[in-house]
Amino acid sequence: MTPPDDSQWPLWEVFLQPPKGEPHEHAGSLHAATAEQALQNARDVYSRRGEAVSIWVVPSASITASTPDDMGPFFDPGNDKAYRHPQFYKVPRGVRVF
Amino acid sequence: MAESSARPSSPPEDPARVAEFEARIARGESIEPKDWMPERYRKQLVRMMSQHAHSEVVGMLPEGNWITRAPSLRRKMALIAKVQDEAGHGLYIYCGTETLGVDRHDLILQLLDGTAKYSSIFNYPTLTWADIGCIGWFVDGAAIVNQTMLAKASYGPYARAMVRICREENFHKRQGFEIMATLSAGTPAQRAMAQDAVNRWWWPSLMMFGPPDEASSNSDELMRWGVKRKSNDELRQRFVNLTVAQAKAIDLVLPDPALEFDETTENWKFGAIDWDEFWRVVKGDGPCNRDRIAARKKAHDDGAWVRAAASAYAAKQREVSSEAA
Amino acid sequence: MAPLFPYLLRLADDRLVLGHRLSEWCGHGPILEEDIALANISLDLIGEATLLLKLAGEIEGQGRSEDALAYFRDAIDYRNALFAELPRGDFAFTIVRQFLFSVFSLLQMEALTKSANADLAGIAAKAVKEARYHVRHCAQWVVTLGDGTEESHARAQTALDELWRYTGELVMADDVDRDVANAGLGVDPSTLASAWRAEVDRVLAEATLTVPQVTYMQRGGRDGKHTEHLGHLLSEMQIVARSHPEATW
Repeated sequence: MTPPDDSQWPLWEVFLQPPKGEPHEHAGSLHAATAEQALQNARDVYSRRGEAVSIWVVPSASITASTPDDMGPFFDPGNDKAYRHPQFYKVPRGVRVF
Repeated sequence: MAESSARPSSPPEDPARVAEFEARIARGESIEPKDWMPERYRKQLVRMMSQHAHSEVVGMLPEGNWITRAPSLRRKMALIAKVQDEAGHGLYIYCGTETLGVDRHDLILQLLDGTAKYSSIFNYPTLTWADIGCIGWFVDGAAIVNQTMLAKASYGPYARAMVRICREENFHKRQGFEIMATLSAGTPAQRAMAQDAVNRWWWPSLMMFGPPDEASSNSDELMRWGVKRKSNDELRQRFVNLTVAQAKAIDLVLPDPALEFDETTENWKFGAIDWDEFWRVVKGDGPCNRDRIAARKKAHDDGAWVRAAASAYAAKQREVSSEAA
Repeated sequence: MAPLFPYLLRLADDRLVLGHRLSEWCGHGPILEEDIALANISLDLIGEATLLLKLAGEIEGQGRSEDALAYFRDAIDYRNALFAELPRGDFAFTIVRQFLFSVFSLLQMEALTKSANADLAGIAAKAVKEARYHVRHCAQWVVTLGDGTEESHARAQTALDELWRYTGELVMADDVDRDVANAGLGVDPSTLASAWRAEVDRVLAEATLTVPQVTYMQRGGRDGKHTEHLGHLLSEMQIVARSHPEATW
């Protein structure tokens, strides 16, 4: 019988920096109880083939994300608002907001 | 205007939003976790993705069965690495599923209590070392045919997990094929071992693609939603076409006397699949169904105190740092 | 001629047998992430063993490959410490054992990077990096279990109590060790004893675990006098290879 509070540990997001001076990129998620464990798990799960020179791990709950509406509406409200829409500005790679 | 409905389902969704959602998919756009989606889409994806993740994890067992008996150091390491990759694949897909608002803990309990399914191929036993080669060749080969399609799935986290998985999967299939080639070119006993494995794994591998199109209930909706892009029969035919040539190349015989090349369609026609066997195994009467779940349940139950220890230790660390602050 | 061949077998067999025990966890770990982590350590150890056995075969000069040495030697000819062949037990047993070994391995491999045998020095350089990570991973778990719940603490202490009487053999030296050390080829393990103990004590203290009192340290593996466990382990490991002695895989 599993105890009632059995958990798979909190969710963390993993960011890997590839070897050639590129920015960190989101690789995926994993479960860990502590930051140290998250870091080690990230190495084992996402970087055991040497894909990264640097690893960042962040609790998923710590990430503040935009909603799709912030990024340009699902339903286009009309052309007269176009000049306020961020999608008309080219955002450099690595500055993507989720 | 909401209309009352006799069915106790979720509130009716705005048809305009559903239409725009389907148009986005038709345009090839990626649906992301925080986008609006029909509740049914979310449910179907949770079902498909968790089933896929369960399959990867259960799939560790038939192959893991031969790790301690792998007959050379290099094969031993390759097999451990392969099984480890499968754990990783399960992990990527579980995490992808969690973006849809479910907890991995609950998904695991669904697997263990039998409410969730996993790929039926893993309900067959691995009886000889050659089975390991055959699984890599047929089962990973079939998975690749399926997964290449899924890499373009409409749901972003699923598609991205699949891209990562496809990269690793190609190595597995090559390893398996290479084992079979080595056995086929080896001693008479090795050749016989390889042919025997082929005889046992061929038909179940064809069944991996699911029931024939006319018997497949979910497919239309999944196709419209970009979660399934090719039919079961199309994928199955593709797999047969690829594999016939491979078998010839290493001098092993696929156990189907009806295999015949059709010049007009350029497809290899194949014999009748025993769908009774398929449904029997799916419904729980395969050779290993009970053993697979029992093994996963044991690992989960035996691991409870370990998981609890890590959680307790983490809680203590947080107390310490908040006291120090 | 320094006895480099038997010395290399000791290094290799420790890692092959321990790596094999770790691999038994594949598909049965307490959580998916740890399944992957244990498999990594297993692969590192078996990889090190493969390189060491290959070198041993070359030193022996009788044409035995790494596979011939791994799959066609009987238990009586294996040279691993008894410590390595004990059954994997529960997760606490596995991780406490792996911690105790990894601390030793790191010290041993650091010293071996200075071996006069260039091949061995090269293998050691790679193994040092791996052992460093193994220590980090396993020490973290020892502390987590020791200072986690009452149950994890009890299991970790039990594991330590069972394992401690086998740790002495790791840092025991005989003529084989002394001869290779004198020749600048190997390291006398007894010279690593106090550094090993210092690091182990430090982590066990943080884990709130008690070092057991032991009156006699078990030994014999270095001379092929093993426990009954090794025979069963090798039966399983070698069965397919031995059933087809002329085959390649």
